[in-house]
Amino acid sequence: MQLAVNIIVLSAIYALIACGYVLIYRVSRVLNLAHGELMMLGAYLLLATASSFGGHPVIAIGAAIGLSLLVGVMVYLFLMRKMTGEMVLAAVLTTVALGILLRGLMVLIWSAQQQYPGQALGAANPALVLPGGGRISTFAALLVVTTVLVYAGLFVFLRFGRWGVRMRAAGQNPLLAAQRGINLHAVYALAWGLSTLTGSLAGMLIALDSGLTNTMVVIGLKAFPAALVGGLDSLAGALIGALIIGAAEVLSIQYIDPLLSDVVPFLVLIVMLVLRPWGLLGTREELDRV
Amino acid sequence: MSRSPRASGYFRTGYAQEIALTQTRLERISLIIFVLLLPAFPFLATAFYLDLACQVFLASIGAFALMLLTGYAGQVSLGHAGLLSAGAFTAGILFREFNAPFWVTLPAAALSGALLGVIFGLPSLRLRGLYLAVSTLALHFVVVYLGGEYETKRGFSTGITVDPPRVAGYTISNPRVWYFVLLVFAAAALLICLNLLRSRTGRAWRAIRMHETVAEALGIGVAAHKLLAFVISSSMAAVAGALFAYYRGFVSVEAFSLFLSIQYVAMIIVGGMGSLLGAVLGAVFVTLFPYAIEAALMQLPNAQAYAGVLFAVNYAAFGVVMILFLLFEPLGLVGIWRRLQTYFLLWPFRHRPLAGPRR
Repeated sequence: MQLAVNIIVLSAIYALIACGYVLIYRVSRVLNLAHGELMMLGAYLLLATASSFGGHPVIAIGAAIGLSLLVGVMVYLFLMRKMTGEMVLAAVLTTVALGILLRGLMVLIWSAQQQYPGQALGAANPALVLPGGGRISTFAALLVVTTVLVYAGLFVFLRFGRWGVRMRAAGQNPLLAAQRGINLHAVYALAWGLSTLTGSLAGMLIALDSGLTNTMVVIGLKAFPAALVGGLDSLAGALIGALIIGAAEVLSIQYIDPLLSDVVPFLVLIVMLVLRPWGLLGTREELDRV
Repeated sequence: MSRSPRASGYFRTGYAQEIALTQTRLERISLIIFVLLLPAFPFLATAFYLDLACQVFLASIGAFALMLLTGYAGQVSLGHAGLLSAGAFTAGILFREFNAPFWVTLPAAALSGALLGVIFGLPSLRLRGLYLAVSTLALHFVVVYLGGEYETKRGFSTGITVDPPRVAGYTISNPRVWYFVLLVFAAAALLICLNLLRSRTGRAWRAIRMHETVAEALGIGVAAHKLLAFVISSSMAAVAGALFAYYRGFVSVEAFSLFLSIQYVAMIIVGGMGSLLGAVLGAVFVTLFPYAIEAALMQLPNAQAYAGVLFAVNYAAFGVVMILFLLFEPLGLVGIWRRLQTYFLLWPFRHRPLAGPRR
């Protein structure tokens, strides 16, 4: 039972992070390798707002969420906008460089020590006992709920929302979309904003649950195989991929070797790339467009 | 090897001239002076600069390897540190377990690199661009994990120490001797690359980078040449890794993080894609960069206060430089150098004539 809970929590973490990769890739065909750093930035933003709005956790979290949305939009406007139309690889390397820059800046501003935004917010984190006998911490439960809500929201948004339809159109064929009067830059900026927002949510909840150090980037990087296993341009795929990666990781830690935890996602990724490079639910012709 | 002419016109009349390494008398003279100055350097420089030079040589070997693969054959790799670590660990493990001498560990490292090159290269037969980069990234983690596993299982949790190499009864430990050893290796790597690139193989790689389908239609064995690029590049990287292990006297997985891969990618970007000169310039730039940052920070008032955050400043500055190059100078340092050359070649004019150079 506890094993199942662990798998679900870890999968929820990966799923929440992976949808950021998927959003950006689906809309602009750019792989955002700075996603882990942006996620961590979200967590640090919460730390910053928590110390300024100490008594009001809701305001602090709301402010952090708003700020992270802003960060994502700014990243697009000031950096990635210049890379649209460049080689895909140059854009990816730009995100790598951005990640390095952010990592350095975050250590400079917030130091490399372990910090606890939960304490700064004054929020307790008691363990809940589930009916089957498993235990789950409050914030981990909150994370699972958030993941479900975020995915439901994104599905509805992309299916029915005005801007969601525009995003899908821009992803399918940017030229036609632009011809039909869709503001591509606005759509891309929105995708970056949303992606950073969901990533930051994951970062904040992980930080609330288990503290915040600069090793959080690794989690962001490990969520990437989840996105790719499911198919880089499929949200439902990301959910399934996260489940597979989460289960593989928890089970191998439990039954094989704890040291494996950092490589298992990548081993699954390699297997997937060999068998079905476009992922479980991804679209196939994407491969030839690279 | 079709390069833009460095003489003020196009005077080549045969293929031998086309692939000649030097074209003008000035080039030959400056090359000879440069080659003569290189052995003089260790007798003029202090120990610190000697160490820097050695690091630059090591980095250049790795950068050449990555340049062959990415800059010429067009196969992106984010797993270069994994290959370096494979070489370093092969040397370290053979030394620790079997007390193998230098002349055994080095070829063994090259061999293990070549083997890994096949593994790294196999996905390239099916994947392109982004997906290939991702697969090499994943393989990097696997290789580094295996190294870490060896360290913990054998009880070398902090790392493997490697004694200075002994060749024919002589122990290489003097920094000046190291300088010459590494210089020879770097020069050999450069020559290998130059000759590969102006031969059939190099032309095939360039064709593959330009357009795979067209290359295939021209009768180039795309799959074989891709694998060959991976194998040669990986074994060169592994040798660089083994030399690194001997030079530092120490192997540990911590030295081969993802950041190292990114540093090598940065070298070929900052230097300039598709140019061996670019690989050297990039290696010099990326190797010296942290020292330059440190020197600059120490000039500030209250310098000691920054010592603790030095690595963070390094990270941030490195990211900024990489972004600046990607945004504003995608051709890298070589692009700047070529622009300068053209400026002087065309002087007093500013542009080439519209019809192009007379042939």
